Amino acid sequence: MGLSTSVLLTIALAPLLGSLVAGFVSPFLGRAGRAVAHTVTIACMIVSVALSFHVLYQLTVGGADNYNQNLYTWFQIGQVNASVGFMVDRLTAMMLVVVGFVSLVVHLYTIGYMRDDPGYTRFFSYISLFTFSMFMLVMSNNFMQLFFGWEAVGLVSYLLIGFWYKRPTAIFANLKAFLVNRVGDFGFLLGIAAVLTFLHTLDYASAFSAAPGLAGQTLQITANTQWDAATVICILLFVGAMGKSAQVPLHVWLPDSMEGPTPISALIHAATMVTAGIFMVARMSPLFEMSSTALSFVLVIGATTALFTGLIGIVQNDIKRVVAYSTLSQLGYMTVALGVSMYSGAVFHLMTHAFFKALLFLGAGSVIIAMHHEQDMRYMGGLRKYMPITWITMWIGSLALVAVPFTSGFYSKDAIIEAVGLSHRWGANYAYFCVMAGALVTGLYTFRQMYLTFHGKERFTVVASHGHGHDDHDHHEPGVLAHAPKESPWVVTVPLVLLAIPSLLIGYVTVAPMLFGNWFGSAIHVDEANNVLAELGQEFHGAAVMALHGFTQLPFLLVVAAFVICTYIYVFNPALAGRIKQALKPLWTVLDRKYWADEVEYALFASGGQKMGRLFWKFSDAGVIDGVAVNGSVRLVHRGAALLRRLQTGYLYHYAFAMIIGVIVLFGGYRLFGN
Amino acid sequence: MNPQTLQIICFYAFSLVTVAAALSVITLKNTVHAVLALVLTFFSAACLWMLLDAEFLALALVVVYVGAVMVLFLFVVMMLDIDLEKMHEGFVKFLPVGVIVAIVMLVEMLGLIGVWAMHARDLGADPAAVAGMSNTAWLGQALYTKFLLPFEVAALVLTVGLVAAVALTLRERRGARYESASRQVRVDPRDRVRIVKMDAVRPTPAAADEGTAGESKP
Amino acid sequence: MISLAHYIVLGAVLFCIAVAGLFINRKNVIVLLMSIELMLLAVNMNFVAFSRFLGDVSGQVFVFFILTVAAAEAAVGLAILVLLFRTRSTINIADIDSMKG
Repeated sequence: MGLSTSVLLTIALAPLLGSLVAGFVSPFLGRAGRAVAHTVTIACMIVSVALSFHVLYQLTVGGADNYNQNLYTWFQIGQVNASVGFMVDRLTAMMLVVVGFVSLVVHLYTIGYMRDDPGYTRFFSYISLFTFSMFMLVMSNNFMQLFFGWEAVGLVSYLLIGFWYKRPTAIFANLKAFLVNRVGDFGFLLGIAAVLTFLHTLDYASAFSAAPGLAGQTLQITANTQWDAATVICILLFVGAMGKSAQVPLHVWLPDSMEGPTPISALIHAATMVTAGIFMVARMSPLFEMSSTALSFVLVIGATTALFTGLIGIVQNDIKRVVAYSTLSQLGYMTVALGVSMYSGAVFHLMTHAFFKALLFLGAGSVIIAMHHEQDMRYMGGLRKYMPITWITMWIGSLALVAVPFTSGFYSKDAIIEAVGLSHRWGANYAYFCVMAGALVTGLYTFRQMYLTFHGKERFTVVASHGHGHDDHDHHEPGVLAHAPKESPWVVTVPLVLLAIPSLLIGYVTVAPMLFGNWFGSAIHVDEANNVLAELGQEFHGAAVMALHGFTQLPFLLVVAAFVICTYIYVFNPALAGRIKQALKPLWTVLDRKYWADEVEYALFASGGQKMGRLFWKFSDAGVIDGVAVNGSVRLVHRGAALLRRLQTGYLYHYAFAMIIGVIVLFGGYRLFGN
Repeated sequence: MNPQTLQIICFYAFSLVTVAAALSVITLKNTVHAVLALVLTFFSAACLWMLLDAEFLALALVVVYVGAVMVLFLFVVMMLDIDLEKMHEGFVKFLPVGVIVAIVMLVEMLGLIGVWAMHARDLGADPAAVAGMSNTAWLGQALYTKFLLPFEVAALVLTVGLVAAVALTLRERRGARYESASRQVRVDPRDRVRIVKMDAVRPTPAAADEGTAGESKP
Repeated sequence: MISLAHYIVLGAVLFCIAVAGLFINRKNVIVLLMSIELMLLAVNMNFVAFSRFLGDVSGQVFVFFILTVAAAEAAVGLAILVLLFRTRSTINIADIDSMKG
């Protein structure tokens, strides 16, 4: 029994339909357009999500075979076929469900969050378009369509970061995201080209089956340098993933992307799009298994991201930025999992992270609504009694994030830490240290955020007469609110609750099959020699046992330590925080400046690019093209004409003279050279 | 005397006159004299053509050129008020150049022609006489059969030349009075006469009586 | 006896005299026109001689046409000359340089 093509097409195209209606029909309907926009897009999303669950059910319980078909030939060049096709196996189905579910929840949440925004219908159009793009990305059965989806989600991300296009910071942020992603996409495109060069196909199935043939193939770089083909392909593809999944050093765009509205921070920059890189590497597991070097590269990059971006999160004051750096750190964890060939672990963490991180973002958004678009945690505190639902759900998300046993985050993250400890890959020791220290860091910034936001003294004042319009939230005085914060409306809280449930439970339910039960089947290929997960699986005796065992392990102890430190600092001795900051001033500066990554990249790449652009402008364009080609030819004609016009004296006898001389020369020529 | 010797004497005599006249055409200061020299050139050239039994063309040259074209030249030269001194400026200056160019050209031409090889070529018998007719009949027969179309075109060229010459020199005089026949024909009475309708006015009888009374009073 | 060469050489001499005339008389348009007439005469001389030599009537027919065209040319040329004198009051070629580049 197979999956129905029409079902898969409906899953992908329904959000596109919703997007088109919201984008092109709603604006002409006046006030009713807003209702039409959210009704249609949400209805389409419900259809998509329901069918996604159906597909997942069919694949896991219904015993349906994996689906892999080309539906439409886009173009054909020689032997290379670029088609639109779907490859649906359990990995895809899981991604469909996660993406669809989070997207649906975010659609709901948006009704509340964007209620007063003039770009309401545009926003719905964008997020539905994003969902369509993401579906195309995960369902793709070839590299071309993957690249299409890859770029399409990038485009929507760009549009949404700059959603409030009147803010200069938003424009800057979306340009930055776009440019940094270009760097990654360049690598990705080269990777696809390398795949085409060595494997002669863009189709996943044929590429993966041809992958073992890569062994021993090399790429001639210079006369004496030869690079292993598999390593080159994998590293290039991973450069794409580094851009999209914001790995060091291409991580700089993600914190700035928080300029966008909070719902898309949750959907795109936490739950789904940024995990596209992780998904891609997992999907390419047969290729990555060919190169231990590439996986070591992945491992080191991921470990660095996991620890060092988390550290920055400790010093951030903007509630969304804390979550953003937490996202970077968690993406690092997933990348580490990929690096030790634990693809299913990475995807598993991707899933759990999608839920709890979306929850944290939406919770942060809920706080931001309550605080009238104040995002600075220094002006919050004590919000617990104003917004209990947000408080509880945020705590659930935080517990999952710090990996308290029994929560979903525990199962995925703890497994990754254990697996790194068992791995013998080059760089695994460094990675093990990073992820272990990362557990402590995660605890520190998470508890700090929770305490600053919901506990302690209220650091804001309520001034009833304070004029507050929705539009002036850029200018209002920090910490002064027009009226007391209150719990958000149901369209905001219901999504929080909907996300809190899987954040708590999904790990416990799915850890056995997904992580240790070879649930993904043929979708993920792991070489026997690298299979740390199997090794780990020998010690696995059920989810509950694993959780109980987790209480005694080092990661949990680190979390407890972090909890104790934060509780002491932020609840019992609030003044201590400032003193610590003073004592560790140099370290604090390093973290606050984000290791000067922005500055370094501006200096190295942005200014280099600017200089190159200036060179091309001044020299190539103004100098060569304008100066030589355009004005030069004009000048040449001008000078030539100035010379030639001297011949045109206007005197008849000069012309006659020239003519006669010509005749004489002609005669002379005949006389000399003629027969 | 041997007719051939006479012929050659005649040739050299006419040639000499032709060349001398041609030289005077380009060297004489007075343009009227130059035109007259050209007449002489054409005339002696016509004589040379006679020696070749091309009687029709020789006469045509005299009639058309000497009779018409040269008269036209003379007419124009005399009509225009030309400062002859000024016209002759630079004559000495350019004389060497002209002579050198002419000599170089002549040498080249003669070399190209191969004068000595051609010298042996006899002109042969008169083809018209061989065909058993006069030169004029011989030429006319070709002209009106084989070359009819070019002949008609030549006539057309002459006509166009005539029209062009007239059109170029025609000058519309300002202030000249003339009749426009077309305007006369197109005249409309309404442009000339206007009929005005007026109410009849009756003179007042009293005033009339007084007037008559006053007149008849004395 | 007269050979072809006599007439050909005469034609060449006349032509070169005409060329010299073009060079020497740089001012007088009328002499230039007359030089051109001389050139045509030289050409006609050759035509007539060759016609006789080859026994072909075409040469003489051509002379006829050349005479026709030369007459037309002289008429038009003189008309232009008259017009020129009327507008610029000169026939000095050195003064006529409107086409100077």
